Amino acid sequence: MSEYKTLFLNEKDSVAVALSDIPAEVEVVVKADSKEFRVKILEPILFGHKFAIRAISQGEDILKYGEVIGAAVVPIDVGEHVHVHNLEGKRGRGDKVV
Amino acid sequence: MFIIWKEKEEGEIRLFNEKLQFWGYRRPDGRVGVRNHVLILPTITCATQTAQRVTELVSGTVTFIHQHGCAQVGTDFDQTARTYVGMGMNPNVYGVIVLGLGCETHQAIQIGDEIAKCGKPVETVSIQDNGGTLQTIAEVAKIAVRMVQDASMVQRELCDFSELIIGTECGGSDACSGLSANPAVGSTSDMIVEQGGTAILAETTELIGAEHLLANRAANDSVAKKAYAVIKMMENRSIQMGVDIRTGNPSPGNIEGGLSSLEEKSLGAATKSGTTRLEEVIDYAERPTKKGLVWMDTPGHDIEQLTGMVAGGAQIVLFTSGRGTPTGSPIAPVIKISTNTPMYERMQENMDLDAGTIVDGKETVSQVGGRIMEEIKAVADGKLTKAEILKQHDFGIWRIGPTF
Repeated sequence: MSEYKTLFLNEKDSVAVALSDIPAEVEVVVKADSKEFRVKILEPILFGHKFAIRAISQGEDILKYGEVIGAAVVPIDVGEHVHVHNLEGKRGRGDKVV
Repeated sequence: MFIIWKEKEEGEIRLFNEKLQFWGYRRPDGRVGVRNHVLILPTITCATQTAQRVTELVSGTVTFIHQHGCAQVGTDFDQTARTYVGMGMNPNVYGVIVLGLGCETHQAIQIGDEIAKCGKPVETVSIQDNGGTLQTIAEVAKIAVRMVQDASMVQRELCDFSELIIGTECGGSDACSGLSANPAVGSTSDMIVEQGGTAILAETTELIGAEHLLANRAANDSVAKKAYAVIKMMENRSIQMGVDIRTGNPSPGNIEGGLSSLEEKSLGAATKSGTTRLEEVIDYAERPTKKGLVWMDTPGHDIEQLTGMVAGGAQIVLFTSGRGTPTGSPIAPVIKISTNTPMYERMQENMDLDAGTIVDGKETVSQVGGRIMEEIKAVADGKLTKAEILKQHDFGIWRIGPTF
């Protein structure tokens, strides 16, 4: 079992956060106040970055803090890195304002 | 330990199962303070130095330096006046000596009359009427001596947590802010609301992109509409300056740090509000009319939002920081919470609590939230915060118009 720390903010969430750099292929524990489960990390996840804790289909909302932070642009597997390459914000895209 | 954790069936750790109380100072208008200051309130920048001299002479008095009070008009004039009056009316203040120069637009006498409506002792002094600085210092100091002695006779009494208004803010944020200290403050905010008290969420600028999520939590349609309106106004102010503050958010640094969308970035700030219903959206330095979670429209500027919340009646403010900050208020204790342990250890003289334990996996968010709640109780009872001990008397008004 790896000792890489993770943070799962809300039980509704589809992602958890790496609290240290996590290499690929390790299994990490994701803990909430009432449940605990294991996720196999598929690719390196840097400190502060997110990984999927369950499969997310294309177009599906992605939740962190129990709220929608964007939608999946492509299908995302459990343990995959979730970031700007596969998540798109749904509003207030300041970086897209011309 | 006065806190008893209550485990729900599903095992979620939740709140307190007893009514919390603290020892506070009951004021004539019924509100309760956690401090007992005599405030020398200069309504004009020209009187701030004189006010400062008096606080050096008379123990138990506080004041603040500012650059306002003249050549202001319209809503900008009103907002500055509301801030002065709110500072004087804050229940942490026993009595007020309002100090004017004499010819300023924010007349000391008008501010004094407004504050006196809450029934606390108020005196007004003018530098021009007293024939200059030195006579005025003597006059204000003599009044202050009497007022401080009277204040010292007030006894603390047992009060409910429902009397508390707790301000929340973050400043000098880092990659841990949205992961440790801010969610912990959110859990504390839920506990304050559960106790029947009031929690203030502020810094409108930092909520851009999360407004729909906060609007979804609004008590009714008009609250939801105001949530959208204050965000729109904040955006428009920046556009009038020729800048779109949403451009470049999340910034390249944010993206490198793992933030993928503006919603996610803003949620990191909004998480300080916990999960309860949004009862109302109020203007800067306005007093909440509802208990529960309240959003005050303030800028992201640390000192200006702190001042707005204290003028709105907050007796205690929770302040999270990743980089560390000395910030404090002349009249309200500010409890500063670090997002990471290395900064807490480096800046122990400024920081009161460490939420970095969440990042290290040593404590859960709700455990730290409970620890913050215990600190609120201790500080309300009289424990001094680091910013109070270091005389960090910051004050800044959110100006919404030019000086003429």
